[in-house]
Amino acid sequence: MKRDIILSGVGGQGILSIANVIGKAALNDGLSIKQAEVHGMSQRGGDVQSNLRISSKPIASDLIPRGATDVVISLEPMEALRYLPWLSPEGWVITNTTPFVNISNYPDMQAVNNELNSLPRVVTIDVDAIAKQAGSARAANMVLLGAAAPFLGIEAEKLEQGIRDIFGRKGDEVVNMNLAAFRAGQEYAKKIAAK
Amino acid sequence: MKQRELLLGDEAIALGALHAGLSGVYAYPGTPSTEITQYIRDSEFARERGVHSEWSSNEKTAMEEALGMSFAGKRALVCMKHVGVNVAADAFVNSGMTGAHGGLVVLAADDPSMHSSQNEQDSRFYGKFSFIPTFEPSSQQEAYDMVREAFDFSEKHRIPVLIRITTRMAHSRAEVETGEIREQNKLSFPHPDYTRQWVLMPGNSRMRYVKLLEDYARFEKEAETSPYNKYIDAADKSVGIIACGLAYNYLMENYPDGCPHPVLKISQYPLPTALVLKLTQECKSILVIEDGQPVVEEQLRGIMPTPVPVKGRLSGELPRTGELNPDNVRAALGLPARTLLSPSKVVVPRPPVLCDGCGHRDVYNVLNEVLGEYEHPKVFSDIGCYTLGWLAPFHAIDTTVDMGASVTMAKGAADAGVHPSVAVIGDSTFTHSGMTGLLDCVNENTNVTIIISDNLTTGMTGGQPSSGTGRLEEICKGLGVEAAHVRTVVPLPKNRDEMYKMIKEEIDYNGVSVIIPVRECIQTLKRKK
Repeated sequence: MKRDIILSGVGGQGILSIANVIGKAALNDGLSIKQAEVHGMSQRGGDVQSNLRISSKPIASDLIPRGATDVVISLEPMEALRYLPWLSPEGWVITNTTPFVNISNYPDMQAVNNELNSLPRVVTIDVDAIAKQAGSARAANMVLLGAAAPFLGIEAEKLEQGIRDIFGRKGDEVVNMNLAAFRAGQEYAKKIAAK
Repeated sequence: MKQRELLLGDEAIALGALHAGLSGVYAYPGTPSTEITQYIRDSEFARERGVHSEWSSNEKTAMEEALGMSFAGKRALVCMKHVGVNVAADAFVNSGMTGAHGGLVVLAADDPSMHSSQNEQDSRFYGKFSFIPTFEPSSQQEAYDMVREAFDFSEKHRIPVLIRITTRMAHSRAEVETGEIREQNKLSFPHPDYTRQWVLMPGNSRMRYVKLLEDYARFEKEAETSPYNKYIDAADKSVGIIACGLAYNYLMENYPDGCPHPVLKISQYPLPTALVLKLTQECKSILVIEDGQPVVEEQLRGIMPTPVPVKGRLSGELPRTGELNPDNVRAALGLPARTLLSPSKVVVPRPPVLCDGCGHRDVYNVLNEVLGEYEHPKVFSDIGCYTLGWLAPFHAIDTTVDMGASVTMAKGAADAGVHPSVAVIGDSTFTHSGMTGLLDCVNENTNVTIIISDNLTTGMTGGQPSSGTGRLEEICKGLGVEAAHVRTVVPLPKNRDEMYKMIKEEIDYNGVSVIIPVRECIQTLKRKK
């Protein structure tokens, strides 16, 4: 088993929480993990990514080679496209559709959507809307993780345990909100897959 | 008790140090080293054991405090980013001369590719020219193990040990198996045979320097037999590969079934000459893969022609600048490129920005308004979030060089005749290295306007306490700035007129003025809610 994952978004959106949950689930599953994060200056509203590698064998590099990523999980649609050169030709893109516009030259949304939809393996999802419906507006990142869950090679139950482990010290209310968001994302992805 | 934990490289170092019997960590925050000290500060285990973990004012004070703890026989860790080593350099280089008593480990976190820094300097140079043995772990597990090893080495050889990591190691997580927990050292002092070298008067220093050079030869012997330096033989001797620290992982990423060429993995310096010579004698050429600057490659090359070709960053097989990755190492190995998707045509860069609602924004907005009325205003800025004032929409600053340089460059420019000559510096950067420059200004009553944009924290590194919080006005007055020209304001849009008037008046005042806009960092404020 091996999954090379790039998590992407804009500083402050919460990609590290997604990475922490997957990492915890993989650790509980006895898998090897390497997870490279971005701290420091770029966290201030700039583009951020995390390379997350999980495998049943030892992992050499902290960084994923270009053309080798199995899944790009993005909280922002343009940021998903930034990592195309890292995506394996057989890889999946799971992305939020709501743009985060904090630059004056943000590209035309139609062009972003066209490029995303031209990819052979893509799941697009409005995570903010689904999070709101599920009563978990502040856990939009867990909706995205739920949508990505079928592509991660880790059982959903183990990811849910990861959510409990990571958010546990913040109390039951926070855990349940994140679990509800995760399940809503998962339901959505199942519906898309059934189509 | 052995445990398996998922840790950042920084956290692995912190935990390794705690388990090695650490008594104190000393540091000033700096990406990518901050999380080491933060981990120790947050650790229940460290609190129970009374491990010192308060932040220091700057890297030099941190280094000296750690040296003092080592003198008293206890184990001390001092952490800094690579440019912090420049600040600590006087103490660091001379700590090679004094040597250590209790284990002393200096952690320098380099930032190749400059993710969050102003240059790409390689701390291994500092180790070499200070005759201080240097460890460079290649994985989080090695980071944990080597920090423990480094404390033992330091006490065995009575010398500080430098551990050099890079951003990728610092900020990457992997599982780490932890080991036994060692007790802290008891208070003790250097043996009478070694007390002279702690008093670096010329006569003592000359004796110590000869001894240090002899010791350095022993450190090299240690590197030759270190379990962290491995000679891994293989059949294809057309090239022999030297892989330093993390570079070893990028090499092995490209050879999942094992490298067909002999490899010398290096994680401990001085460079183990005998192992390097063995590789050069057995192989037709040498490829050096090292992150940061070509430290090892230059040592191999010198000026005279080498008996075998040496390839690396200097010969162009690897890029001269920027961090290593699996792809540029793959190209240097001559392996076929992977099939890639084309880059997107619509993606544009997304540079970092000052947060919405940040007080620095209000300062720059009003400063720009005032300075618009002068012909040749110059603004000298500093290291911190407010450096982002160079970017759109502010374009408010002309220089950023090093910690504290805003105050002193503004002074030099004012000496040259620049007016208005304005410095913009943060509160933490001011107490790190701005105060002495302000004293220079006061001593000559230089015509400068110094804005200490006070967000009550060390913001860029994530909100650590700032040394002078609540006392900046007193510090400035204490240094001799006239009380009437030390003024504070709350940087909010509603106070625009007040701030405008204040900045204008102080620029037009012929002498030293300090304006302190004070408003809490909105990130630390958010966390409290």
